[in-house]
Amino acid sequence: MSSDHQSSENVSARPAVQIDGVTKSFGNTPALEPCWMKIKRGEFLTLLGPSGCGKTTLLNLIAGFLEADNGELFLGEDLVTQVPPHKREIGIVFQNYALFPHKTVAQNVEYGLRTRGVPKEESRARVKEALSLVKLENFADRKPRQMSGGQQQRVALARALVIRPRVLLLDEPFSALDRNLRVSMQIELKEIQTKLGLTTIFVTHDQNEALSMSDRIAVMSRGRVRHVGSPQEIYEHPKDLFVATFVGDTNLFRARIESSEGRTRLDIGGRKVEISSEQKEPRDLPSAVIVAARPEQCSLTSVESPDAIPATVAVVVYQGSYVELYLECEAAVHGRIMMRDVSKSFFHIGDKVGIRLATKGLNIFGSEQEIG
Amino acid sequence: MKKAFSDHLLDWSGRLLVLLILIFIALPFIVVFIVSFNDSSVVEFPPKHWSLRWYFNAFSYEDFVKGLRNSLMVAAVGSAISLIVGAMFAFVFNRYEFSIRRPLHAILMSPLIVPNFTIGLGALLLAKGIFVPRSFGLLVLVHVMVTLPFVVRGVSVSLQNFNQAYERAAESLGASPWYILITLTMPLLLPGLISGWLFAAVLSFNEFSASLFVANLRNQTLPIAMYNYVREYADPTLAALAVLYVVTSAAVLTVLHVFFRLEKVLNVE
Repeated sequence: MSSDHQSSENVSARPAVQIDGVTKSFGNTPALEPCWMKIKRGEFLTLLGPSGCGKTTLLNLIAGFLEADNGELFLGEDLVTQVPPHKREIGIVFQNYALFPHKTVAQNVEYGLRTRGVPKEESRARVKEALSLVKLENFADRKPRQMSGGQQQRVALARALVIRPRVLLLDEPFSALDRNLRVSMQIELKEIQTKLGLTTIFVTHDQNEALSMSDRIAVMSRGRVRHVGSPQEIYEHPKDLFVATFVGDTNLFRARIESSEGRTRLDIGGRKVEISSEQKEPRDLPSAVIVAARPEQCSLTSVESPDAIPATVAVVVYQGSYVELYLECEAAVHGRIMMRDVSKSFFHIGDKVGIRLATKGLNIFGSEQEIG
Repeated sequence: MKKAFSDHLLDWSGRLLVLLILIFIALPFIVVFIVSFNDSSVVEFPPKHWSLRWYFNAFSYEDFVKGLRNSLMVAAVGSAISLIVGAMFAFVFNRYEFSIRRPLHAILMSPLIVPNFTIGLGALLLAKGIFVPRSFGLLVLVHVMVTLPFVVRGVSVSLQNFNQAYERAAESLGASPWYILITLTMPLLLPGLISGWLFAAVLSFNEFSASLFVANLRNQTLPIAMYNYVREYADPTLAALAVLYVVTSAAVLTVLHVFFRLEKVLNVE
């Protein structure tokens, strides 16, 4: 089976997963608006969004646990829209791992090989190989409940990998782990995934996880895919205000666009801010806009400076390598903005400061969009 | 650390209370146990002379022997049917939503509130009406009705605790629905199935008031045989039988406990 798979991989131009206009509603509530997506072989794609955004629905549709209302789903060459989950050859790591409690670690990993009728000898070798991949060779005879959360996670991964799946689906697999363990498991998973060249779809609501692990991220909200792109694209050039605010920290300012003599300026709370011409064409936007600036695009300056937006220090949080400053600012959408001060100048609550925005890389959106 | 006097008092009065409760629960059996060795043919307490003759009488009294055989047969067949049917209903109630789900559930559970004699009387009248004799089959049917709610309850609870992610995981690993049922669902539900079946078997074995209406002289169960005996004789044979009853059930439970390691089975997550 796997050798067929290998050869078809070389010939085929089709992506590993292709989603063609798939929709799903529960009763009258649409859970997934028409969705188109192509996932390349070996790619690590993350479905990122708040709870209820449709990411889990999409995952369940790909796995076959839900049936699409409309549209088609391809895995490699095969149309699988109507294929039941047990014939899709997909590996899944569930949120709570769903390890079979009455079976040992080895029996858990072996399960997917027994359903395929893999001969004993080969099966034993493959189980061993999978367990050594996740560094659990010596735990084969343990029961899942005798193992820690991180170890259970590895077993779940080995169980999904041993069947040599066409696609690996990960459903918030790190949410039950504590922070340190989570980071080390992320690195390990990414290593294994790259080593095996495994097409992976990862569901999470954690933007840091998404940014650090993915080749591409699909940001979802209210059943719609808002933006698909590399972590860098998503972070630096978000398609809309939702994406800008959901991924990474963002400060939003109310502003007006003014164009004169071929130059574009922003009017933020009466202060004029020059922006470079590589920005979106101003005529695409209404005159009232929202400017999204990452904390690293804001710098502190004197409040008298003509292009500085005035603000007042409200909260100072020491974070070790930098100081987090929360400033009250009239021009900000939420009345408050956040900055990181790497120089660790000692500001006090109540200090009047000026904020200077970077001239490049600011994102400007129409002011009536949804904020994440 | 030194305990205050009031703590000691609380501690000891608590122990005393527990002891009293245990004695209170065990008292009826203790009395019956003593009376069963009474030589006199009239039940009296405390006995003046001791004998084992009522035990021999219990064993040799033909109605009891036949009654025991009938009871075991009815309990075995009835609890088996009850287990299969009840587990199926529990599964359907747990997994599917359909229009008559609630009324169906209510009807199946109704023997919990309807007195057993009403069920027996109803079954008798119905059987008469459609010319069905008071047969072994009818008796088993009544026992299934009476024990079904307990099986449905027991299995439902374990189904609710059963994480359906196991089935999804198995599906993704290529297991067909039947393979999942046999390798995962059944083994993981085993504690619930065993306890449901045990409940049904014990209830069926002890069932009296419904059986009274539908059993005839030939297929009367042990409790009915005991009832008929006590209407005619007042000697301690019944006490002897009761002791045997308790000792046997305790022995059966112990055997189950030791050989099937019930505590381990029942402890599975």
